[in-house]
Amino acid sequence: MSNQSLGSVFTRGLIKENPLLVLLLGMCPSLAVTTSVMNGLGMGVAVIFVLMCSNIVISLLRKVIPSAVRIPAFVVVIASFVTIVDMVMEGFAPDLHAALGVFIPLIVVNCIILARAEAFASKNSVLASAIDGLGMGLGFTLALVLVSAVREILGNGSILGINILGEGFAASPVLIMILPPGGFLTLGIIIAIMNKLRRA
Amino acid sequence: MGIAGYLALIVWAVFVNNFVLSQFLGICPFMGVSKKVESAVGMAAAVLFVITMASIITFLLYNALLVPWNLQYLQTILFILVIAALVQFVEMVIKKVSPTLFAALGIFLPLITTNCAVLGAALLAIKKEFNFMETLVFGMASAAGFGLVLILFAAIRERLALNVATPKAMKGMPIALITASILSLAFLGFSGMVRM
Repeated sequence: MSNQSLGSVFTRGLIKENPLLVLLLGMCPSLAVTTSVMNGLGMGVAVIFVLMCSNIVISLLRKVIPSAVRIPAFVVVIASFVTIVDMVMEGFAPDLHAALGVFIPLIVVNCIILARAEAFASKNSVLASAIDGLGMGLGFTLALVLVSAVREILGNGSILGINILGEGFAASPVLIMILPPGGFLTLGIIIAIMNKLRRA
Repeated sequence: MGIAGYLALIVWAVFVNNFVLSQFLGICPFMGVSKKVESAVGMAAAVLFVITMASIITFLLYNALLVPWNLQYLQTILFILVIAALVQFVEMVIKKVSPTLFAALGIFLPLITTNCAVLGAALLAIKKEFNFMETLVFGMASAAGFGLVLILFAAIRERLALNVATPKAMKGMPIALITASILSLAFLGFSGMVRM
């Protein structure tokens, strides 16, 4: 860890090790909630919060938690922060909470968070873990916004609810893009483009 | 709910509202263990058992512990602990009772803990205010739907792997996702068949 600067810990999650597009973690929420940019952004912010907080707490406790029970211990820490997000969102953004539905509590089983706890926070200092959580969370949010922007523009003719493709398109959009098949299709094509770019 | 109601619930959970293709639950194992039909069948069986057990146990705990003390906000933490313990327990039982089955399921067993379909089934049953029998039927039917799609998808991918025309950048995950998209398009045909 000593030879790695904090800057590279932060930027790594954005593109080079993007959790969704390169490491292929956290597919369920990224397919389910990306029907509009607002939902994708909401999910991303919730994941950033949980990822940073759980990374910090797990890094603080890394010398106390016996390694035999570390996974259950990590899960309890993560589930506590997810419950906080769930309550805060229900109180302050009830529409978003209703749109994201069961995928808010399901952040608990989002592989990204447990993967960062196991691979990074349980071995590194508090500051580095917080930055790692922020970087990975932002990378995930970027990917969510990208997928949801494609789906919202094609499936609804709008972005963040603002019509950009004109009335004619909005009257008969490519509805399939905001239905489940559009989610699989968009993510598949974006990952293929990422593969192509990384090899080039 | 009468017999017809349960039948409608089963059709709804297996086809109309399929866990993988329309709810996006359990995508990780769906992509991860669908390279061979054989392992897909093992995974489907293990998930069927765990989801059914988990939805019954979480239903009972939710109504017996959380509701009387007004602790519903603890459901996420309680459910994930129950599921983790259950998976561990199932692992030990299968190891003792049938070592052959245990060897066949291998790594898939512990991984079921992080399968969001299990937690999802438990949370959805509570959210939809199902009673005990409905929860049981919903859990089993959802898991059966997951298994059905997983096995179908594995059979497609086995043949797809032999296709040399797939562009390099599309190999692996991208082509699998696009295949899933077409499969999901087919399942869209069931939508509106049963309303719940």
